[in-house]
Amino acid sequence: MLFELIGIPPQALFGQLLLGLINGAFYAMMSLGLAVIFGLLNVINFTHGAQYMMGAFAAWMLLEWAGVPYWGALILAPLIVGATGVVMEKLLLKRLYHLDHLYGLLLTFGLALMIEGFFRKQFGSSGLPYANPLPGGTRLDFMFLPNYRAWIVIASLVICFGTWYMIERTKLGSYLRAATERPDLVQAFGINVPRMITLTYGFGVGLAALAGVLAAPAYNVSPLMGSNLIIIVFAVVVIGGMGSILGAIITGFALGIIEGLTKVFYPEASNTVIFIVMAIVLMVKPAGLFGTPK
Amino acid sequence: MRFKNLLATTAAVLAAGAANAQMSDGVIKIGVMNDQSGLYADVSGPGGTWAAKKAVEDYGAAAKGLKVEVVFADHQNKPDIGSNVARQWYDVDKVDVIVDVPTSSVALAINQITKEKNKVFLGSGPATADLTGPACTPNTVHWTYDTWALANGTGKAIVETGGKSWFFLTADYAFGHALERDTKAVVEANGGKVVGAVRTPFPGTDFSSFLLQAQASKAQIVGLANAGGDTINSIKQASEFGIVEGGQKLAGMLMFDTDIHALGLKTAQGLNFTTAWYWDANDNNRAFAKDFSAANGGKYPTMVHAGIYSSVIHYLKAVEALKSDADGAKVVAKMKEMPTDDKLFGKGTIREDGRHMHDMYLVEVKKPAESKKPWDYLTIKKTIPAAQAFRPLADGNCPLVKKS
Repeated sequence: MLFELIGIPPQALFGQLLLGLINGAFYAMMSLGLAVIFGLLNVINFTHGAQYMMGAFAAWMLLEWAGVPYWGALILAPLIVGATGVVMEKLLLKRLYHLDHLYGLLLTFGLALMIEGFFRKQFGSSGLPYANPLPGGTRLDFMFLPNYRAWIVIASLVICFGTWYMIERTKLGSYLRAATERPDLVQAFGINVPRMITLTYGFGVGLAALAGVLAAPAYNVSPLMGSNLIIIVFAVVVIGGMGSILGAIITGFALGIIEGLTKVFYPEASNTVIFIVMAIVLMVKPAGLFGTPK
Repeated sequence: MRFKNLLATTAAVLAAGAANAQMSDGVIKIGVMNDQSGLYADVSGPGGTWAAKKAVEDYGAAAKGLKVEVVFADHQNKPDIGSNVARQWYDVDKVDVIVDVPTSSVALAINQITKEKNKVFLGSGPATADLTGPACTPNTVHWTYDTWALANGTGKAIVETGGKSWFFLTADYAFGHALERDTKAVVEANGGKVVGAVRTPFPGTDFSSFLLQAQASKAQIVGLANAGGDTINSIKQASEFGIVEGGQKLAGMLMFDTDIHALGLKTAQGLNFTTAWYWDANDNNRAFAKDFSAANGGKYPTMVHAGIYSSVIHYLKAVEALKSDADGAKVVAKMKEMPTDDKLFGKGTIREDGRHMHDMYLVEVKKPAESKKPWDYLTIKKTIPAAQAFRPLADGNCPLVKKS
């Protein structure tokens, strides 16, 4: 009844909801990394999109140059890209912690442009092919679900839950959270806070790279893939509340679904709907849905 | 705000010969404007600048006493940025001719500004057939291809082989709209019908939702009225979502060799599309491709690169004949008067409405096993003669064409 009213057959609606969930999985993973980094380092990591792109390219290079298949790349690529993040933190970011947020933002944004420019010069802007490791799919009642997309949703749920659990429920996580509140005090208890921060950044970067590897078979592996995504992901983080882990995950999935529905009802607006939601949320809850006002 | 007008200017002053007094300020200044860094950058981009310089070199401008300079700029596919650069170029930097300009929305803006300033616009990259239709001007030549020619080549071939019902995925801006409109007209004129269309935000990454709508429409053909990264992502995801296995066929309405390279033959094989030029079609093209590849990091030239080369050669011929580049409309009139002839496009003409007339080719993407060398991607299935390849003069509604 209701479906007839809104003019969309239920099958199509379920299909679109599922697709929204799949896109949401990427938003959730990406915004999760950003939230972890912002929460613990107070740095707005604008390089995140470039690092996601580097993850996809690392997977491609591992396959083309070293013959490492997708499943190996899923582990190796985040480690490699995460290591570049560690180097970047040690060499550059570390020097900016005592300054205003704006400096970290400028640095990471500049680096993102440089990294993208480098990849564009090396590989061109059209991108590279990456074969689907899980071809085929299942014909559900309401849509054809490719195996690979199902894997994306499962993998991202596991990753998101794992990260949330690690930060909110384990001892290591409690150190991390304590270090963000009172680094001096935690240091006094004999914990190496600078190293913890370095590794946290590496972990956040690794998360972005992992999302990149997951994206490689589904989207075009191109130097621009990150900058197309990063703006939306920032909106997701703002809506969820800067630095809130759970907020990032839930808003990521929710906005994926909202965007998916817009693609059916009014496709022209599907790339702006997230920003409309952002504007509304900021008016009603300036700290974001899950953020705590400071 | 972010990527400030990167008006990167190179100087390729190729002649130290006698200064030519008739040229405005003594130099013929060619401005190559295109997408230097975004999703269309491989279609022309930095390679387009190379092609323009190569044309100047091959023309032997220096030996003929012509002083030619090539500059370039990135329009980022945004009409406002393109317009700013064009005004700066014409008013301050003394640019005489703008070449390339892919992205129809930007090209339409440049088209107007060029007329207003009485300069010359040689469009190799843009697709919209409006440039030689309602928007035609005495200062513009549309060189390589247009939406009507693509629709006519690919659309007709598909409808004739039984693809009667169509659903479009259309990039939501001037180019996509024009391509959808022209293809729809061809499909309907040949007895097919269009059952639906969806306008996709440009540029896009995830097309699965739109592909699902195409699937639900039960159309035989899913027409992709988009280009570059949008086309690549649509085709890649269509394969993932079993569109082709489900019995529907894809029709890439505008495709470039670089798209096939990005997709890989495994995914792209069997696609049919229309092109104005293919690097492996003859020895001249192969020689050009070899030079191009050596200078551009192993990439191969697209039809847009070839079009830039060819249009610059013809422009220089006209300027040389006129001994002046000052009056844009006069230069274009001269270009229309002289037959075109260069090593990449062969012999041709430029019509009253500014349309460069040449043959088009219907091509098919090879199977992986058929590809014997790098970038060996296409088989030419059919040559569409110039007279049939482009929209008849009378149908374009170009104000320059006198109604008889």
